Amino acid sequence: MNNVPVLLQLVNACAAGLLLLSFAMLSQRRIVTLVYLLATQGALLCLATLLLAWRTHQPHLYISAGLTLGLKVIFLPWLLHRLIRRLDVYWDSEPLINASVTMLLGLLIVVFAFGLAQPIAALSSTAARSTIGIAIAVILLAFMMMITRRKAMSQVVGFLSMENGLFFGAMSATYGMPMVVELGVALDVLVAMLVLGVFFFQIREQFDSLDLHHLESLKEKH
Amino acid sequence: MPKTPLDGALVLIAAWGVIGLAGLLRPHSVRFVGRVLFPLSALCGLALAVVAARGVAAPAGHALLVVGLPDLPIHLRCDALACLFLLVLGAATAGISLFAGGYFRQGHGAAPGLLCLQYHMFLASMGCVLLADDAYAFMVAWESMALSSYFLVTTQHRLAEIRRAGFLYLLIAHLGAIAILLSFGVLQGGSWRFTFDSMRAAHLSAPWATVAFMLALLGFGAKAGLVPLHVWLPEAHPAAPSPVSALMSGVMLKTAVYGMLRVSFDLLGSPPWWWGLIALGAGLGSAFYGVIFSAVQTDMKRLLAWSSIENLGIIFAGLGLSIVFSGFRMGALAALALIAALYHCLNHAFMKSLLFLGTGAVLHATGERNLGRLGGLMRRMPWVAWLTLIGALAIAGLPPLNGFVSEWLLLQAFLFAGDVPRAFVDMLLPVGAAIVALCTALAGYAMVKFYGVIFLGQPREPALAEAEDAGLLERAGLVWLAAGCVALGVLPVQVIGMLDTVSRALLGTTLAAPAAHWWLLAPAAARGASYGPLVFLLVAALVIVLTLLAVRLLYHRRVRRAPPWDCGYVRLDARMQDSAEGFGQPIRHIFQPFFLIRRELPSAFDRLPRYHMEVGDRIWRYAYEPVGQLVRRVADLVAVLQQGRISTYLMYSFVTLLVLLGVVL
Repeated sequence: MNNVPVLLQLVNACAAGLLLLSFAMLSQRRIVTLVYLLATQGALLCLATLLLAWRTHQPHLYISAGLTLGLKVIFLPWLLHRLIRRLDVYWDSEPLINASVTMLLGLLIVVFAFGLAQPIAALSSTAARSTIGIAIAVILLAFMMMITRRKAMSQVVGFLSMENGLFFGAMSATYGMPMVVELGVALDVLVAMLVLGVFFFQIREQFDSLDLHHLESLKEKH
Repeated sequence: MPKTPLDGALVLIAAWGVIGLAGLLRPHSVRFVGRVLFPLSALCGLALAVVAARGVAAPAGHALLVVGLPDLPIHLRCDALACLFLLVLGAATAGISLFAGGYFRQGHGAAPGLLCLQYHMFLASMGCVLLADDAYAFMVAWESMALSSYFLVTTQHRLAEIRRAGFLYLLIAHLGAIAILLSFGVLQGGSWRFTFDSMRAAHLSAPWATVAFMLALLGFGAKAGLVPLHVWLPEAHPAAPSPVSALMSGVMLKTAVYGMLRVSFDLLGSPPWWWGLIALGAGLGSAFYGVIFSAVQTDMKRLLAWSSIENLGIIFAGLGLSIVFSGFRMGALAALALIAALYHCLNHAFMKSLLFLGTGAVLHATGERNLGRLGGLMRRMPWVAWLTLIGALAIAGLPPLNGFVSEWLLLQAFLFAGDVPRAFVDMLLPVGAAIVALCTALAGYAMVKFYGVIFLGQPREPALAEAEDAGLLERAGLVWLAAGCVALGVLPVQVIGMLDTVSRALLGTTLAAPAAHWWLLAPAAARGASYGPLVFLLVAALVIVLTLLAVRLLYHRRVRRAPPWDCGYVRLDARMQDSAEGFGQPIRHIFQPFFLIRRELPSAFDRLPRYHMEVGDRIWRYAYEPVGQLVRRVADLVAVLQQGRISTYLMYSFVTLLVLLGVVL
């Protein structure tokens, strides 16, 4: 590790932070804290992008970093906070699988992700290729978080965290997706968020709660 | 000024598109849409008919349109066959659009402007189907035809039964489209180029050619309403507004015939004789099945829809017969059968459109489709009644009108087939002739019922006394179509001259003796059977006039007015007349095994006796319903996956993702 430049070491550190935050989110039940964690994850992502942009002199990565800062660190957390306040949901109920089991499963997933990343990293020639495994792990962990939660709000946080992972993965494998794609994804996330916000209000209107097991009653009867 | 028929046709089709879009300018103005746009559209139809009629003899024209998807230019071609069907489209549309101008009013579900758009998209897509020269353009036009007509069928989409009819139509249309698509997939023969030119050049092995032909028969048969894929037809035609029914039955069904001819004679080249037997069998079966069901219907539009199945069956029988003969290298007879089929296409476009429009006028005047509540309308609606009479006589196959000519030609083709090399085919063909004759006779029966119950006798409901005759535009449309029926019947030699050109282009052979004289038709041989409609007309007119004069001058010399059909009974009322059910009863008895009859008879002691009867389709009951139930059962199995829990659904994608990633690893 001695001959790795300082900048890249810092990127690796950011990546480790991302993974750690993913685990923290997996076990966290307070929704407000979840949003803080999400914002921190976004900030770390932004930092990692900036470092990579500095290191590789890729101007479009600066734009990506700016986009991340504006959208994932400032706007979406603010929106989520507002929703939490207005909907009055601060706590998620007991997850479907208890926290310790989830953590253990999460460990297995990280191992799987690293195994998966090896052949990809071997093909890639970017400076940050060693972090692809982490990116995949973040995606899968976020997915698992969505599966194990009951409240719609935490699932949205999981969804956004997954997007963070995808973004990071693209960045470490190929220095980010083409600008058009990235802008499109950012817009998608934004729109999805707004639509989900509307849905939350509708769901609560209908069931007096944001607990998703109420939606099970919508299933077709036999 | 466009130079070739193809240019002319393209310009007119584009004009239809523009007229359709213009409907959106003032979508709620009945005056604008009805009095301006629809007559314009009729004018375009007329122009298209003229262009196409002149184009039949012209050499085939090609064009390449570079629109739509990149690297997929649209190939167009306008040859004799396409021109003939463009003629059908244009000529029938001229009458139907005129009628539609007076027919569509407020309160018909969708806004008139929207209907105008759908209607003209339908017309334009039919035109494109006929001009397309590659599989891509053909399928796009074919599907837009199905979709635009679907929207027209479901104009009154607030009624559940109409939505159901529309769904059934769309379902069968898609089944057919898939079969056609697969057929084209086989026809390209490994070249992977989907222009019709490369399909003509492809040499398919015999089994693959058979597969392509069968798929085409399935696909086009579904559109033409051949049994057992006919189920959508008696549902969709009554559901649509009458001009749309006329267009669907008169023109759209013909595009299926066009497609079948295109595939079997043009793209596949020389079809073997036994394919023809299959088409012949399917056609005859449909004709028979259609006509017996037509005779027992109690809804006037449903009756006509079943009659369309019969007529398309006859056309396909002619087509099949033509394949049989051309497979045996009997050129003149193949041409005769083909000409009979094409002639029947032309005829059916005119007479069935005329009848459907007639029912539209009756429907407007009375609000009734049920034959049991109509009657005696001839007195109130003389224009509609007399013009519809021409259509009814024509479709019943009475000389000197047009229906007789094509059926006579078909029978000639059957009867002159003396020396077919295969003995069993030789024995089967007279049976086919007998079935055609039977169908014609039964069609006459159904038409007597149709006409007699609606227009003759006494009104069955008091409200019918207020019925008003059709408006000016509607009358004009009916007159045009009726005139077409008469012209096609009286001048067959001239029409056959044109059809002979198509036959030469398609089969490479012509009739043995196209015409003896300009007034005498003798298709098979100059000294064989011949038919002179003008002579017949003159003799018939002479006999009628002489009889009338004889009765008036020699017998009692006075006019006596009496209630119709009273058989000398003094106090006849409407309830004593023969009803639609009663008229169909003998047919129901004779052909009982084909029907699924549910009947509730009142007992002798009922205070309020009720009689109820339904005639169902056995094919629906025993072929379609089991399939529907099977689909439902399979769907129930799949529904086990549906847990209603979001975590479970997420789990599905998570596990799938992990498995896929594991496979990559």
